[in-house]
Amino acid sequence: MASLIAGGIDCDVHPAVPHLTSLLPYLNEYWRDQVTTRGMVDLISQSYPQNSPITARPDWRPETGKPGESLEDMQRHVLDPFKFKHAICNPLYGVQMVFSEDMQAAFCRALNDWLVKEWLDRDPRLRGSIVIPTQSVEKAVAEIERCAQDKRFVQVLMLVMGDTPLGKRALWPIYDAAERLELPVGIHAGSAYHNPPTAVGWGSYHIEDYVGQAQAFQTQLTSLIVEGVFAKYPRLKMVLLESGVSWISPYLWRLHKFWRGVRMETPWVDRAPLDIVRSNIRFSLQPFDAPPDETTLNRLFEHMQSDELVLFSTDYPHWQFDGQDALPEGLSPDLVRKIMIDNPHTTYPRLT
Amino acid sequence: MNIQFRENQEAASPLTVKTAIADCDIHPARATRTELYPYLAKRWQHHLEVYGVHAYQGMMEGPPYPKAQPNASRRDAYPPEGGPQGSSLSFMQKQLLDPNNVQLGVLNPLNTGQGIRNHELSAALCSAINDWQIDKWTSKDKRLKASIVVGNEDGLSAAAEIRERAGDKNFVQVLLLSRNVEPLGQRRYWPIYQAAEEAGLPVGVHAFGFGGNPITPSGWPSYYIEEMVGHSQCQQSALASLVLEGVFERFPKLKMVMIEAGFGWGPSLAWRLDKAWQRLRSEVPHVKRPPSEYIREQVWWTTQPMEDPESREDLFDVINWIGWDRLLFATDYPHWDYDEPSRVLPAGVSEANREAFYLGNAKKLYGLA
Repeated sequence: MASLIAGGIDCDVHPAVPHLTSLLPYLNEYWRDQVTTRGMVDLISQSYPQNSPITARPDWRPETGKPGESLEDMQRHVLDPFKFKHAICNPLYGVQMVFSEDMQAAFCRALNDWLVKEWLDRDPRLRGSIVIPTQSVEKAVAEIERCAQDKRFVQVLMLVMGDTPLGKRALWPIYDAAERLELPVGIHAGSAYHNPPTAVGWGSYHIEDYVGQAQAFQTQLTSLIVEGVFAKYPRLKMVLLESGVSWISPYLWRLHKFWRGVRMETPWVDRAPLDIVRSNIRFSLQPFDAPPDETTLNRLFEHMQSDELVLFSTDYPHWQFDGQDALPEGLSPDLVRKIMIDNPHTTYPRLT
Repeated sequence: MNIQFRENQEAASPLTVKTAIADCDIHPARATRTELYPYLAKRWQHHLEVYGVHAYQGMMEGPPYPKAQPNASRRDAYPPEGGPQGSSLSFMQKQLLDPNNVQLGVLNPLNTGQGIRNHELSAALCSAINDWQIDKWTSKDKRLKASIVVGNEDGLSAAAEIRERAGDKNFVQVLLLSRNVEPLGQRRYWPIYQAAEEAGLPVGVHAFGFGGNPITPSGWPSYYIEEMVGHSQCQQSALASLVLEGVFERFPKLKMVMIEAGFGWGPSLAWRLDKAWQRLRSEVPHVKRPPSEYIREQVWWTTQPMEDPESREDLFDVINWIGWDRLLFATDYPHWDYDEPSRVLPAGVSEANREAFYLGNAKKLYGLA
């Protein structure tokens, strides 16, 4: 495997909320009462069943509790051995699944405050993403503005499958705030399950949902590009997290071809989709969904025509690789440096 | 310089035309609204006049995402005698079949009886369109072969239609669309695969259709381009479902053709499936082999709209990963995003691969070799 270098950035780690009751101290009296009186249960998303092999590496799985709920484990498993300068925490707690905008806003606020107190305050290497209540764009913007005052929040976090395609104009105030506050928007794998998890309906299996994440990312990239998000917000960066990477080039060939054919439909898209992706879109490394041979890997990077697109990630505690083998075989030392250090720093202005 | 350039172009063109090709995606259209009535019971004619067709979408006529051209078709493809593009055999012969030396043309009728909420009407319309394909097209031009259109949401009546047509040499495949009420691997569709396997017919899955689900897993997008690009994501999800439900394992002789949804995504999807299967195979013990193996052995791909990367080497990479023996040339006539046969494949392909791409693979798959 290619050699890791010290001082890198892990752009995707997942601290777990032990239980909904862990958020009670961060909720106001009304919502504490709602949670207890109504007997609300833990918000675990179907995207990551707790005991699924993909949810935690066997040697990263704790004897009790949820994978990723202990800071000491995260330090021991990735922060120390990988010698990271920073790791960006992307909580995947299922707050996006509820439908009430008030409840969602309360839970997001609690989750963000919990992240500060239980994680960011306890390890200076950690940085955070702001989880937002997308049921209300107004409340989402307010939450971004509230959290952004803490410079340790380096990104806004959304799920790849929500209520509407992400390019829709109604969501633009979120992107306006993100650009203004120098926060990239991270789009992470997972669904609010407010729509079927594939565009052809509900599949039967967890593995089907997981494989389908890549198709969801593709449709979102189309939406973001053709709605004109990057024409309106040219400085906005978006990071596709846990998206996979091998689909990028063939997907872009197709989008580019159709854009040339029907660009009269979306005349505000003033640059080629390929150029927009190169300037505004980044992808996290894991899961690296390509075969483990060096020739194929190098061809895939050639197809991408850029060494700036990929950002290092372990996807801790998800099981994407074993040992220290986060970097696929055959990457040049220059590319490793770009992936682990240069690209993340260029993407996240708040990382210093 | 200009004169030299033009001379070369002209010299190159008759050579490419001489080579016989198969066109694995041709869309025949009805010339009039009532052209199917002779093949429909009075009851259904009456039904159509009074209630029309209720699809899994809201519009009584036309698509909710307006196309880029009328009927999504070439403006130069209107037949001189009138009617929509693709509705005249003589003009199709003149514009497509003769000049391109099409030796085999596979008909894939769209806007038929598929994606309709009334399943009885769906079956009646599909049967009618199959009779119509013989009468109007395949019986009049031996180069043309038909697809058995089936009422996709009712597996049993679809299987009955396949069995009725099995052995009829006018038909070379069963036709489904990618967008259905459920992902295509689901059990409700298994009778279709069983009947197709028994009949020795490939099942073509053409991009498009209506199944009631939003065309992204995050809701309905705004634009036609999103629908167009989105068809390849729908096709990926449909193929993943076929693999993960064990359809290929259960029907090992079944052959599937991915039509008009691209092929560049094939290797990436197969790798992703393999990687996830290594981790999660205990959930799907009926999937006994790495998913990429089923895809390599049982899936074919039509070429239009051809993948078009800046570098031809990138294209060759993808085709090598899929296999030169699995691609089927298609024009998509008369649709506007038609691929011109002489311009699709860049230079640098061996004669054997070129022949397989344009003709050999199709003849073999469709039993005409």
